Amino acid sequence: MDVIGRLQRQRTELTQALFKEGLLDEQFTQLQLLQDPNNPDFVAEVVSLFFEDSEKLLDELTRSLEQDPVDYKKVDAYVHQFKGSSSSIGAQRVKNACVIFRTCCEERSQEGCRQALQQVKHEFFLIKSRLEALLQLEQQILAAGGTIPFME
Amino acid sequence: MCQASSKKTMKCRTDAIAVGTGKGFQGSTIARSNYQLGPGRLPAKWWVQASAPPAICPSAPNMQNQRVAKRWHLRLLVLWVLAGISVSIWVFYSMNADIVKRRRERLLNMCEERAWMLQDQFVSSLNHVRALTALVTTFHLGKQPSALDQDTFAVYAARTSFERPLMTGVAYAIRVLHSQREQFEREQGWVIKKMHSNELQPAQDEYAPTVLTQDTLSHLASLDLMSGEEDHENILRARASGKGALTSPFRLLESNHLGVVLTFTVYTTDLPPDASPEERINKTAGYMGGAFDFESLVENLLRQLAESQAIIVNVYDITNKSNPLVMYGLNTSIGTTVSHISKLEFGDPLRKHEMRCRFYKQPPVPWSAITTSTGILVIVLLIGHILYAAVNRIEKVEEDYRKMEELKLLAESADVARSQFLATVSHEIRTPMNGVLGMLQMLMDTDLDATQCDYARTAHESGKQLIKLINEMLDQAKIESGRMELENIPFDLRIILDDILSLFSAEIKDRGIELAVFVSEKVPAVLVGDPVRLHQIITNLVGNSVKFTDRGHIFICVHLVDDENRVDVPNSQACTEQSVEVEEEESWNSCNTLSGLEAADKKMSWETFKLSLMHGSSEPTSSCLETSDTVNLLFSVEDTGVGIPYQAQERVFMPFMQADSSTSRNYGGTGIGLSISKCLVELMRGEMTFVSKPSVGTTFRFGLPLKKGDPSMFKSHAEANWRHPQNAPLPTKFKGKKALVVDGRPVRSQVTRYHLQRLGIFVEIICSNECCSAVSRVIARCETTNSSSSGATGNIDMVLIDKDAWGPNTGVDFPDSLKKQTDAGLNGLLTAPKLILLAMSLNDEEACKAQKAGFKDIVVKPLRASNIALCLQVALGFGNHRLKVRELTEGPGSMHNLLSGKHILVVDDNRVNRRVAEGALVKFGAHVECAESGREAIAKLQLPHKFDACFMDVQMPEMDGFEATRRIRKAEIAAAERLPRNGEVKNGKHTYRVPILAMTADVIQATPEECARCGMDGYVSKPFEEEQLYKAVAIFFEAAH
Repeated sequence: MDVIGRLQRQRTELTQALFKEGLLDEQFTQLQLLQDPNNPDFVAEVVSLFFEDSEKLLDELTRSLEQDPVDYKKVDAYVHQFKGSSSSIGAQRVKNACVIFRTCCEERSQEGCRQALQQVKHEFFLIKSRLEALLQLEQQILAAGGTIPFME
Repeated sequence: MCQASSKKTMKCRTDAIAVGTGKGFQGSTIARSNYQLGPGRLPAKWWVQASAPPAICPSAPNMQNQRVAKRWHLRLLVLWVLAGISVSIWVFYSMNADIVKRRRERLLNMCEERAWMLQDQFVSSLNHVRALTALVTTFHLGKQPSALDQDTFAVYAARTSFERPLMTGVAYAIRVLHSQREQFEREQGWVIKKMHSNELQPAQDEYAPTVLTQDTLSHLASLDLMSGEEDHENILRARASGKGALTSPFRLLESNHLGVVLTFTVYTTDLPPDASPEERINKTAGYMGGAFDFESLVENLLRQLAESQAIIVNVYDITNKSNPLVMYGLNTSIGTTVSHISKLEFGDPLRKHEMRCRFYKQPPVPWSAITTSTGILVIVLLIGHILYAAVNRIEKVEEDYRKMEELKLLAESADVARSQFLATVSHEIRTPMNGVLGMLQMLMDTDLDATQCDYARTAHESGKQLIKLINEMLDQAKIESGRMELENIPFDLRIILDDILSLFSAEIKDRGIELAVFVSEKVPAVLVGDPVRLHQIITNLVGNSVKFTDRGHIFICVHLVDDENRVDVPNSQACTEQSVEVEEEESWNSCNTLSGLEAADKKMSWETFKLSLMHGSSEPTSSCLETSDTVNLLFSVEDTGVGIPYQAQERVFMPFMQADSSTSRNYGGTGIGLSISKCLVELMRGEMTFVSKPSVGTTFRFGLPLKKGDPSMFKSHAEANWRHPQNAPLPTKFKGKKALVVDGRPVRSQVTRYHLQRLGIFVEIICSNECCSAVSRVIARCETTNSSSSGATGNIDMVLIDKDAWGPNTGVDFPDSLKKQTDAGLNGLLTAPKLILLAMSLNDEEACKAQKAGFKDIVVKPLRASNIALCLQVALGFGNHRLKVRELTEGPGSMHNLLSGKHILVVDDNRVNRRVAEGALVKFGAHVECAESGREAIAKLQLPHKFDACFMDVQMPEMDGFEATRRIRKAEIAAAERLPRNGEVKNGKHTYRVPILAMTADVIQATPEECARCGMDGYVSKPFEEEQLYKAVAIFFEAAH
């Protein structure tokens, strides 16, 4: 019981930190609300989908930007995808970075795009590590027989 | 708190009764009337080109016409005046000539008369002188000695002088030859004297001394007539011719008057008429002479005649034509120049005489002619003046008219331009406003503190209102510019009204107002018209009522106009329907309206209602089979609000007019809604009126002629038209069920009945003003059921009780009363009907209480067939889902209600998004399938399919959402044509058209217009937001339960 309480406190702190730092937004809460006994791993499933897709997309983006000439249309499509999925899980800062990326894309600025890609990557790995930590905590809580508290 | 208050002030408003200037609407009527008449000319202009076609453009040719006409008028006028003057001159001359002629005739007559008389008298004198010659011959010459002496002759002559009116006297001279002179002088005793001088006559060849004289000529005695020049000549002529001879006029002796002397010769023997002059001279014995004293005697004669003063008479001797000698009259210049000459015959062929007559006075001025002609002239000039003035006046009026027409055209074009401007600007404003609203919505979704959130929300509400206002102005402009086109499509009026109820249900929920709809049974299920506009009209009216009503009810009622008219006729047909038992309630309700409060329009009272119901139920078949394909519907929206002040009632329909300036402060609104509604009703060939009493309420009524449709028509058009094509038909599983409605208010019970009947439920009403009597009747009814199983009665499946049946919250206690009267309550009866409570609003506590009291379910008002059905599904155990009372009280169709059991296709290329959307929809009970691309979606939506809806990402690689939707729609249309209609039933779907909702993160990019253009039915923003999702989905699934 003590372990669960500690884990849960950790989880709450972590989540609050994520919101406070602006890494996540309301949408993530919505996701959490969608998770119910019928669908217990919903958040984890979505988040891992997000990770998979995003890594693929980042690879594509990196490759596309190294080409000469750069196919901005393709890049833009990837960034759009990335932006869509990040806003779907509420990864606010990744989404914002994507917005900047798209602006650079429209300007056809290769240098800007590269910088933006770096920024997106940075934000992505940041949220990834934090979310993984969060999911891990939740796994531990569940493993310890606790329940995941909902944020009201 | 702060948020709440700001929200309240910004509450969406429909319209109001308004103050301001309403030029626009009037302008539009002018414009319309002009289109009908066309630019015309004054009808009074009859004399110019009466047959000419009306000029299209009244400026240039018209002016020319006018100028020509003006010149023409002037010429005509001058002609007229000239003709008038000549006529008057002619009249003058002819009249004058007539006068002169008559005067001349008069002169002639007078002259002739005088001449004749004179001649007559002269001749008679002359004859008498001749008779005297006979006397002398007989008595003087024939007798020896002479029987005549001077005295005898004088006496005789004097005595016969009346026979010689013109003669002063007569004398007899004897012929004495010189040889006989001495003897003669001896015999007589006197010597022959010379005339004029009275001296002794010197010796001559012969002499003619006067021997016998009348007394008046006694001075002639013994004078030798041969000595007088005239006499001498005369004597010679007389004796030679044997006839009387006249002298030329000369001064007579003694009297010195002008006169002539007549001489007859006396012969010694009678001579044959053909005797020669010598014989005559030889036989001459003497001479008889007479003196005509013209001057005095003719004067006397003429004086006897009438008008002797008026004319001047002259008698001339014209023997010598070149020198006429005056015999009588003054040869002066007195008198007129006009004269008449008459011949005179005095018996002496040598002498010629004539009479000349003149008027004494100058002819009088011909006043009659002058006045007559002057009068004519004056009349002519007056008429000319009048015509001139009239022409001028008409020209002026026409000129004014032309100017007015120009001004009117200007005004109209200005009006059109204004409308055009409004339309353009409104559209241009709307586009960025959508962006503003979208961004505000997004802003509100971000992490804002309370104040910021309040600001953003206020801004959002204001923006929404602005959009609403702009839409209204756009409508107004469209109507005014005549570009408002009405659709003619089949629709279901009842569904529209249900939709309006759900629109306002949230707003009135907490205000304790009862909102209800009643549609007469006789109104056909499918009508043809413009449902969107009808929706707009009713929404405006209801919105208006909602705004101004704080208590009581708002009641939308639709009847056939015929029913309304028949109400006034007393109906002998007894109400035989057993379910309407109305004998008691008259005394109970102060006003038999929906809420019991007084309504402005008394016509809507229960009496009316009852009658129209009676007709509806007693002759339903005849009304359904009416041959005419139009029905006249009477819509009324009754409220018990603040009413419209009497002085403001005239202005109600003017745009931007409100009852008074405080209205907009207290209630808000622009005042354009009612004006638009009225215009729309008029466009639909209807008429809108209202009755309002301040602090009692307002009833708006409008009649519309709508075509009847038939359901088959409805289905074939449905896919393209009305905005709820997905509305599933009302469930039919309740058909044949029996319900008992218990209520204290007859109108309310009828409303309930209307909705239940739509579900096919057979309804009986127990309408009683007291709870206990109602209870006993219910029990009696249920027991009847049990004892007799005839078809007319049958089992009661449910009992519906209004929460406020006999006053606030009295309905809730109904089951308790029921229990008190029967030992076991309703459950003790053989068939236990379900008790259902109808409530306007219900808090948790009350809900619990109701549940405890034995109510199976609660239906939250406003009543609609769909929410009753939903409730009954649960209560009667039809439903698939067990819904708690609490969930139901949340309002009709929470997310779960809406989506549970639905098959939904989610199309998104983004796995994460897809999963999130799926998760969200699954949570609300939907069965979700996913498609990764537009192509896959098309494949999955190949008909027949099981999907109820599709959520489509807009931006996808390969094929975006718009394109996919277009293709799906195309395929659906093709399929609809190919497959028979019964295919729909097989899939349990209304049509082939599946609702497609766009999913987009980009609210601005995916404008509603764009979505609609490619056949989408709406859009939801990504990520899903419950409220928005609900709104989008609710449209399709609301009535689908």
